Formats: sequence, C-alpha cells, structure tokens
Amino acid sequence: MSNIRFEQIEGKSLGFYTLIIGLGILILAALGSVYYVEHYGHFVTGMNNRIVWGMPHVFALFLIVAASGALNLASIYSVFNKKLYKPLSRLSGLVALSLLAGGLMVLVLDLGRIDRLIVAMTEYNFKSIFAWNIILYNGFFVVVAIYLWMMFERRMNKFSHKVGLVAFSWRLILTTGTGSIFGFLVARQAYDAVIMAPMFVIMSFSFGLASFILILMASYKWTNRPLGDIIVNRLRNLLGVFVAAVMYFVAVYHLGNLYLAENTGIENFILFDGGIYTKLFWYGQIILGGIVPIGLIYHPITKGDRSMLGLSSVLIIIGGFVQLYVIIIGGQAYPMELFPGKEVLEGYGDIAQYLVSLPEIFLGIGGIALAMIIVTFLVKFLAFLPESLEDDLADSYHKG
Amino acid sequence: MNKTLNRRDFIKIMNATTGVAIVASGITLTTFASVSEIPVTNKKRWGLLINTNKLTETDIDGMINACKQEQGWGTEIHSTASQKPAWIKKLKVKDKATNKVSSLALMCQHCEEPPCVDVCPTNASMKREDGIVLVDKHLCIGCRYCMMACPYDARSFVHETLNNQKEHMPRGKGTVEACTMCVHKVDKDETPACVESVNSEAVIFGNLYDESSQINRTLRVIQSSQIRADLNLNTGVRYSGI
Ligand code: SF4
Ligand code: SF4
Repeated sequence: MSNIRFEQIEGKSLGFYTLIIGLGILILAALGSVYYVEHYGHFVTGMNNRIVWGMPHVFALFLIVAASGALNLASIYSVFNKKLYKPLSRLSGLVALSLLAGGLMVLVLDLGRIDRLIVAMTEYNFKSIFAWNIILYNGFFVVVAIYLWMMFERRMNKFSHKVGLVAFSWRLILTTGTGSIFGFLVARQAYDAVIMAPMFVIMSFSFGLASFILILMASYKWTNRPLGDIIVNRLRNLLGVFVAAVMYFVAVYHLGNLYLAENTGIENFILFDGGIYTKLFWYGQIILGGIVPIGLIYHPITKGDRSMLGLSSVLIIIGGFVQLYVIIIGGQAYPMELFPGKEVLEGYGDIAQYLVSLPEIFLGIGGIALAMIIVTFLVKFLAFLPESLEDDLADSYHKG
Repeated sequence: MNKTLNRRDFIKIMNATTGVAIVASGITLTTFASVSEIPVTNKKRWGLLINTNKLTETDIDGMINACKQEQGWGTEIHSTASQKPAWIKKLKVKDKATNKVSSLALMCQHCEEPPCVDVCPTNASMKREDGIVLVDKHLCIGCRYCMMACPYDARSFVHETLNNQKEHMPRGKGTVEACTMCVHKVDKDETPACVESVNSEAVIFGNLYDESSQINRTLRVIQSSQIRADLNLNTGVRYSGI
C-alpha cells in the first residue's frame, strides 16, 4: 500500500507547452470579453431583465457542481476506506479545486460591478443563501487544500481520513447550497421543488466524475504512464451508476412537477412545447447526455473500449451543460404566474427571448481553461499523479 | 410587550444595527433624500392603492412618463427593449371567468417580507423601517439574484453607461434598480410622482397604518387585493377592481 509512487510529470514536451499556451489564449480571450462587457455594459450580452442569468451562469454552475463531485474519488478512499482509490485521491482533490476556481472566476467576472468584489467579501447578509455560498466556496478551498496537504505530507497522513471526512461533508453541504440558490426563488415555478438540492448533489457526482475521467485518461496518455483496466473499469461502472441516478432524479423531478397543478405550465413548456428548450431537454440532456452514455458504458461491444468511455464522459459533460441551460435559462424564459386564474394580455407574460453572445461564451470557456491550466501546472510542480496505475499495482493497493 | 425574541425580530434588530453602522460610515445616505424632514419609523408604512376601475390606460401612460421624468430612466440608447429599465409597467389582465379586462400599473410592490432583500448577498437590497424597499447603489455588486427572486419582475439591471442623472437618484451601470416610491419626495412630505400625475382618485398614496389617512380608510371599506397574495409577502401596493 505504501508503494504508490507519486511523481511530477516532466512537462517539458512540445505538447505540454502547446497546451499551456492554448489554455492561456482562452483565458486571455475571457479576460478580453470581461473588459468589453464591463466597459460597455451588459447590453452587449444576450442577457436582459427577464433572462438575468445567462450563459456565464451555466458555465459557472457546471464547474462548481462538477468541482464538488470531482472530490468524490478522494472521499471514497478516505471516508469509505476503499483503497483502490487511494492513488487517485490527490488528483481528485486537485481537480476539485481547479474546477471550483474556474467556476468562481466565471461567476465573479460576470458581476455588474466586479470592482466591488471587496463588498461581497465584507458585507454579508446572513439570510442570503448566496452569501452563504460565498463562505462555502472559500471554505472548500481551505478544507481541500488542507486535505491535500495531509495526503502529501507523510507525517500528516494519519489525519487524512478525518480531514477527508470533513471535506466530504463540506462538499455535500456546498452542492446542497448551490442547489438551494434556486430553491429560494419561491415565485419561479421551474425551481419550486424540494428535490432540486439532492438533484444537484447527484448531478455533481456524475459531472465531476466525467471530468475527472477525462483528465485522468488524458494525463496518463500524454505522459505515457500506464493506466490499467482495473481502475478504469471501476470508474466506468461508477460513472454508469451516477448517470442513471441523475436520470432517475430528473424523472422524479418532472413527474412531481406535472402532478402539481400549479406547475403544469412550466412542465408542459420544458417537456412539450418550449421550442428550443424542449429540444435541448430531450435531445441534449436526455438522449445525448443520458441514454447514449449509459448505452456506451453498459453495451457489451463498447463496454471495454476506453475511447468509448472518453466519449461517454464528453457526452455526459455536454448533457450536463444542456441540463443546466434548460434549468437556468429555460426556467427564466417561462413567465412567472402573476395573476393565477387570469390571463395577462399585455405587458408581461410572453416567453422571454435570449440569444447568447460571444463574450458570454468566451468567459465561460475561459473558466474551463483556468481549471485546466491549474491542473496542468500543478501536476508538473507537485507529485499528484502516481507514476503507474498498472493493474497489478492497483490490485495490490486494493488488497493492501 | 413581554414576548420572546423570535427569529424575525432578531433579524430586524440585526438589520437595524447594520443600518446604523452603514449610516455612520457615511456612504449610504447620499443615495436617498439627503435631508429627511420626517423621521423614518416603523410606526408608518407607506403604501399605494390602485383602483383599476378608475384607472384609465392614459393614466397609466402618464404614470410611467412621470416616473421616467422624476427618476431619469428610459433614455437608454443602447439597451434592447428587454434590457431597458422599466420601473413601472402597464399590464392588461383578463379574468378568465368574467372576461373582464383591467389595466393596471405594476411596479415594485414594496413587500413587507421582500424576497429581494432576503437573497441579496451584500445587504444592498434593503427595506426601510417605513416599508419602502430600496437598492443601495453603493453596495450592489450587480449579481442580479434579487431580480431572480422578485415575484413581480419589478427590478431592472442597468445595461449601459448613463448620462444626465437626477441628483436625487444616482443610478449606475452594472447595478440593479426599481421603484423607490419616490422616497426623496416622500421624505419631504410630498407624494410620489406617479400618484401626482393621475388626476382622479385612481391611485392613492399614504400611510397604511394611519387610521385617519385616506388610504387606510378606503382600504377598510372596499375590496382590495395584493398581487400573488398567496406568497404572503404583504405588499405595500394594493389593488382594487381586479
Ligand atoms: S416587489 Fe420585488 S423588488 Fe419590490 S420589494 Fe417585493 S420582491 Fe423586492
Ligand atoms: S444585484 Fe445588487 S441589490 Fe440585487 S441581489 Fe445583487 S447585490 Fe443585491
């Protein structure tokens, strides 16, 4: 068990530098977009007074949700004591921190007044779940950083289980908190469901693991380190269960809403006649992001194929973005019920229009790039990755 | 008076305390009427009563224009229709049972339990003791969570750089704004601009608590309603005729 050898990657190849430069350009593009939007004002974006949260929030929430999910592998090791995952735990913590950093970057840089960030850090309204989330996010950085330290520092290893437990609880609260951002919007029917918070938790499992798998496979491939089937198959099975669980929660959420008379309007909108949102829901979220990956993960022909696992992870991530798009943008596009029992003829009540703009997309992609660049740099400078995840080794950790 | 301190009181006290702290630091008051002649107390609750049976569409247009004039919004040049601020909107509503069509003016309802204030991370959204709900433009970070939370679509985000602002109403790109119930006038014992613009008694402004006020007396004898009363926000803006 003690024979896992973590080692930095060399990080001198042309590929490495190309990756860093590419990601750097994406981050610069994001910063350029931010400058542009802040300079002219949000009129240059597609957001408006009805769709007040747009594409940046889709990216930000995806990254934040995936961040807490990426920590799961470390938690499975230290909380549930599954040794097989021990070699993955450092990377798991790193991916979690990086994704969160990317998500927060997007969230913060879309504020109307970025210059007042200090206000957000000093003026707290403790009734606001949003303020609580700021505390939860900052705390997550601290807790996971300590957790990583315990794992890195041999004499601290003995505490890593306890700190791991704290980190695990923290991530559950964090995702619940993120889900509750919507739960507090009493008048918006799309979010009027208790199930939102647990659904976000389970979404985080799936999106986080999919992101983790891609990063793991890419880094082992690009550094020519061996990655055995035992671990990959475990991750594949776990991913399959998580995606299925997300589908289950989505089904319960929508069936529950259909059953509640006051929410049938929004349900019909998303499920049947919401135009783009209905299409995104069925083709993007359900088929592409759910059914196809489940098929790829469990079908005998594609099951053992690693590139198919990669494809499933990509599809799950795309499906996750679509799901958040439908929840966030679709939920706002559908008008609130101002006068139950009455029909609003004029002045309010149409479906709000939203046309995403390039700066919003650049900003979002910049968040992903930031997360990736952090991972890339840190695996070069610190020993996050085991030099080998060969089957016999994995097997011995498993037994040991 | 011997009741135990419940959560709400606690929050009220907390808010009052922070309020004092903010005033003391001297940055907040500039936003709103500088010299207040009437003390802001919780013995008052300012409100509006809009009688849709008397209110004509021309009246509503007049109210909107008066508000624009008074507060200086509506001259934005770059924003699209859905990005332009709208502190008051004209709505037409048809009763599905009777087919009666009513027109009404919809603005911030100055909720007693305002969701916008609950969710605002920085306390920029706040409710004064007299029930008027405002945004402190110096604290607002432009996160728009309050807009997500408002059940009445009452708030606007400033999408572009503004010129020619009114002295009493500083507005700013990147912050959120809404009807202030003309707090700068109310604090000088005047009436909100929209109310002044209507010649009939279709819109009444006053202290809801004061039993001798016209609004209180009227509310006691007629049928009135709150929009989305089911949300229990106890709005300061009331309607009759719908
Ligand atoms: S109407 Fe909206 S903006 Fe006004 S107090 Fe109520 S929740 Fe806040
Ligand atoms: S936009 Fe401003 S007023 Fe609204 S919730 Fe955010 S900080 Fe508060």
